[in-house]
Amino acid sequence: MGAQKKGATARVSEDPEELARHPLQAILLADSFTTKFRPITLERPKVLLPLVNIPMINYTLAWLESAGVEEVFVFCCAHSKQVIDYLESSEWSSQPNFSVTTIESHNSISAGDALRLIYERNVIHGDFVLISGDTVSNMSLTQALQEHKDRRKKDANAIMTMVVKQSKPSPITQQSRLGTDELFMAINPVTKQLLYYEDKAEYSKGFISLDKTLIADNPSVILHNDKQDCYIDICSQEVLSLFTDNFDYQHLRRHFVKGLLVDDIMGYKIFTHEIHSSYAARIDNFRSYDTISKDIIQRWTYPFVPDVLCGSSAIKVERQGTYRASDVTLSRSAQLGSFIFIGQGTKIGNDTKISHSVIGERCTIGSNVTIEGSYIWNNVTIEDGCQLRNAIVCDGVILKSGAVLQPGVILSFKVVVGQQFVVPAYSKVSLLQQPTQQDSDEELEYADSTSGTGELRSDKLNGDIAPDLSEIASELGTGGVGYIWKVFEGAYDEEWRHSVAPIPTDKLVKLMLDRDEDEELLTQDGNIISASGELKTDSDGNGSEDDDNEDSRDDYVSFEKEVEATFLRAVHENVKVDLAVLEVNALRLSYNMASVDCGGAIFYSMMKLAVESPHNSASELHRNAADIVTTWQKLLKSFLHDIDEEIEVILKFEEMCLESAKEFAALFPQILHLLYDKEILQEDAILRWADEKEGADESDKVFLKRSEKFIQWLREAEEEEEEEDE
Amino acid sequence: MPDTQALVNDFLNKLKKRKIEGSQATAKQTAELLRSVISQTRMPYTNQASALIHSVKAVGERLIAANPVELAVGNVVRRVLHIIREEDLSLTTAAMAGLNLSAESDDEDDTDRDNHPALSAAAIAAASRSTLRPPSLQTLLEDVPDSAAVPHTSSSGGDSEGKSKSADKSSRSRKLKHDVIEAVNELIQDISTCRELIAEQAVEHIHQNEVILTLGSSRTVLEFLCAAKEKKRSFRVFVAEGAPRYQGHLLAKELVTRGLQTTLITDSAVFAMISRVNMVIVGAHAVMANGGVIAPVGLNMVALAAQKHAVPFVVLAGSHKLCPLYPHHPEVLLNELRSPSELLDFGEFSDCLDFGSGIGAPLLHVVNPTFDYVPPKLVSLFITDTGGHNPSYMYRLIADYYSADDLVLERRTASGN
Repeated sequence: MGAQKKGATARVSEDPEELARHPLQAILLADSFTTKFRPITLERPKVLLPLVNIPMINYTLAWLESAGVEEVFVFCCAHSKQVIDYLESSEWSSQPNFSVTTIESHNSISAGDALRLIYERNVIHGDFVLISGDTVSNMSLTQALQEHKDRRKKDANAIMTMVVKQSKPSPITQQSRLGTDELFMAINPVTKQLLYYEDKAEYSKGFISLDKTLIADNPSVILHNDKQDCYIDICSQEVLSLFTDNFDYQHLRRHFVKGLLVDDIMGYKIFTHEIHSSYAARIDNFRSYDTISKDIIQRWTYPFVPDVLCGSSAIKVERQGTYRASDVTLSRSAQLGSFIFIGQGTKIGNDTKISHSVIGERCTIGSNVTIEGSYIWNNVTIEDGCQLRNAIVCDGVILKSGAVLQPGVILSFKVVVGQQFVVPAYSKVSLLQQPTQQDSDEELEYADSTSGTGELRSDKLNGDIAPDLSEIASELGTGGVGYIWKVFEGAYDEEWRHSVAPIPTDKLVKLMLDRDEDEELLTQDGNIISASGELKTDSDGNGSEDDDNEDSRDDYVSFEKEVEATFLRAVHENVKVDLAVLEVNALRLSYNMASVDCGGAIFYSMMKLAVESPHNSASELHRNAADIVTTWQKLLKSFLHDIDEEIEVILKFEEMCLESAKEFAALFPQILHLLYDKEILQEDAILRWADEKEGADESDKVFLKRSEKFIQWLREAEEEEEEEDE
Repeated sequence: MPDTQALVNDFLNKLKKRKIEGSQATAKQTAELLRSVISQTRMPYTNQASALIHSVKAVGERLIAANPVELAVGNVVRRVLHIIREEDLSLTTAAMAGLNLSAESDDEDDTDRDNHPALSAAAIAAASRSTLRPPSLQTLLEDVPDSAAVPHTSSSGGDSEGKSKSADKSSRSRKLKHDVIEAVNELIQDISTCRELIAEQAVEHIHQNEVILTLGSSRTVLEFLCAAKEKKRSFRVFVAEGAPRYQGHLLAKELVTRGLQTTLITDSAVFAMISRVNMVIVGAHAVMANGGVIAPVGLNMVALAAQKHAVPFVVLAGSHKLCPLYPHHPEVLLNELRSPSELLDFGEFSDCLDFGSGIGAPLLHVVNPTFDYVPPKLVSLFITDTGGHNPSYMYRLIADYYSADDLVLERRTASGN
């Protein structure tokens, strides 16, 4: 209730100084809405997974607190109970000047849903920091906030500041050190405005496409591929309402950021703030888990390092980056390498070798064990002679003597690996069976706590065999308990990219060879090399054909269908033109289309309707078309802002006449004239089209010839006008 | 009580997050916090001193654990404990002396005491104090007429404390608390004036046309040099920049604005320049009981260079920086490793830190320690607010400020359980 009251007063006081007095708020999404950490996240939420023995969310909260944030809203969805219980029992619930409030939801499936729910709660009263609970940083917010506020004063449309950091992607794998895909960003170097954002570029093509208006509107543009998105955003309140208005925004980057960048009607702008000396990174996959753990151990995140966060009396840093709790029982002959962390109450046996690893609390490690680059959580028992390389071992796992974990293995909670059993590389093992149906869009899927244990257990992996204990045991050797999850077709490629294990050399060699071949191909084909060299423009009508890959073609076809359906509905239900414009606009946003495409699609639907409505002769068809065009000219006109778009309509019409609606072929000049009369097409557009077509093949010139008279007439009219002017 | 609890938590947080810069500020804030803890402590009828000690210890332990690198916290906590013990002792002995004088006729308990009825209360206090710790120079200089009386009076002091009347107690408890707070106030005063006291001695050490070398930045050094300048001494200062934080740049700027002839050099040029230097003056992070110094990184190298050329190496340290522990003590955390980003830009080196290829382990390791340890044999002189001292004398000075009982603050029983 108190929050609502505050909200009311906040809305009354709109002047900037009043707004500045609000305590700095933050929204922390304690759910990543992905499945990348499965099977672990089936049992525990990602934000509570230990990162160098401290739950991830602690790093985020500690940073927010030290950065001067006073109020944090933690949005919990998957395993919300666990998150809330944890926060209530932790130190965060009793901090002075730092309040942590949890917001629980059971049916949110994306960041978009989360933000819409928070908007409904009406708890955010000013600028806020948007962050997910798996982000580690030590940056100072002061400067970024100040920049954001200053920009807001000048331009109310600057609604978001994204934090970026330099990080060079690997030239071979095309991915960053955090295991994410290479990110392309176009930034205006003067204003720092973000103009282009693409994290799923097609490397095989060797080029990316930028809208030419982007270059026209900005005196200088820098295209970066060495920037890392830190997923720390300083947002204004409008961001929340934007999410509410655009109910189809789900993903923060893929939908929201790209949506704003493509859409120029609303005019909202996103800016970037680059950090240099401080650290910020988000744990997105197992590779980044490994990388960020190592960064923390190397103290890049200082002061958010284990010995400071836990208090140095509990954990001490020794030579070569060895972090050791005070009561570790260590055999004299055990060999501890550099960069390791050993938690409280852990016992380590004779001749055991450990390097580059994190070992949690109360673990028992036997003799002659080799542990390299692995992450072992709490209460793990590792018997004599085991070998672990680049693995993640969750709480309560038991490795029987002689077990071997090959690189990239993930053992989820309480799995038991049998004696002498070798767990193959990249396997994921869990007590829970693998969910049989996989959503094609993994980003939207989330670890649903309700469909947790019971349901999954009954799902049979192999269908015919009942999952009794002996069957389970057979998968992990004698005495083993757990299921080895199957790797899906095509996902294998992802496995080595995103695993905790370093990329095997043979993969690197293969990638390098592939790349060389690609380059040879490119140099052989003169056309492609020029394409990769220069910036292609999207809105260029002629070029668009070969620029578009299959995906966007498919997108366009389905978009066209949707527009047609909308249009027909508008015709049949007598929807007002304004509403129809809105609907088409919404479609355009969700399909990520330019307004050029809309004009074409609407025109297409109109002509199709004309063809499909009953007619006996060409003149009747002409009349039909004229009727429809007259009724809906406003709709069409609202998507034709400039000449390029009008030319696109002509081209579209040409295409129709050749393919889908040949009946119009004869009427081409008449319809063109009609459009000119209705002021849908300007004469400049028609003349430009004619000029462009002049140089084309004979076969392409069919319609140009047919409308020659009309164009002739237009030209003369123009000349006359000019003469009159003189 | 919840009031102080909040204060304590707030301070703990600040310490943990390393938000308080500088030992002096930390020391002062610690002392102020402990003063409010003392004033909020409820005094029981018996054993007030131990109640105070207990509550101060409880808070102190947490403060020390919050930032063990900042030794000033522990120093102040120990000094406050020492103050409580001292005040308690002087009160007891004073009360006992009063009791003695009044109970001259009815000597039912102690026959020994009758032997020295004429001892002044002050003398008894001084004498009994000296039994609790090895005699320091100051106590030796204070006149103690009859050293033989010391053991008797102190042993009987304990007896009489238990037997004192309750009315006497209540007034005494109020008095104890009052006295302790007064003494802590004095301590706070000392801490805040220590720089001026040190700076006052500047003219005795810096002479006309000398060349002084310093490294990094220290407020105490700045004020020391400026005090000499104000007294019309003309001299030159070489400032080594103090990588990786380059605070020497700031110091150089400050010195120039105050009109001092300043030369800025890199840390690595120190050896080349030292032959032209008359005296090295540096600040310290902490001074250990053996006279060793924990100081900003790079100072050991400067001290070695100074020794090679027989240049005096002078360390300025306020009394709150005197630590009663020895550097080999397990509780002492000699160093703190800060972020490597102070040394190099993460973005530029991000490809060297890609763990996705190769052996999966970083080949590049950046170490950024904050402190150096300068052994006592390399230090020529300490200048504290009480004057100049030889390194070998430090343990004596420290014995004046701290009680031996407080050196280890951690309660064994608590950790044992």
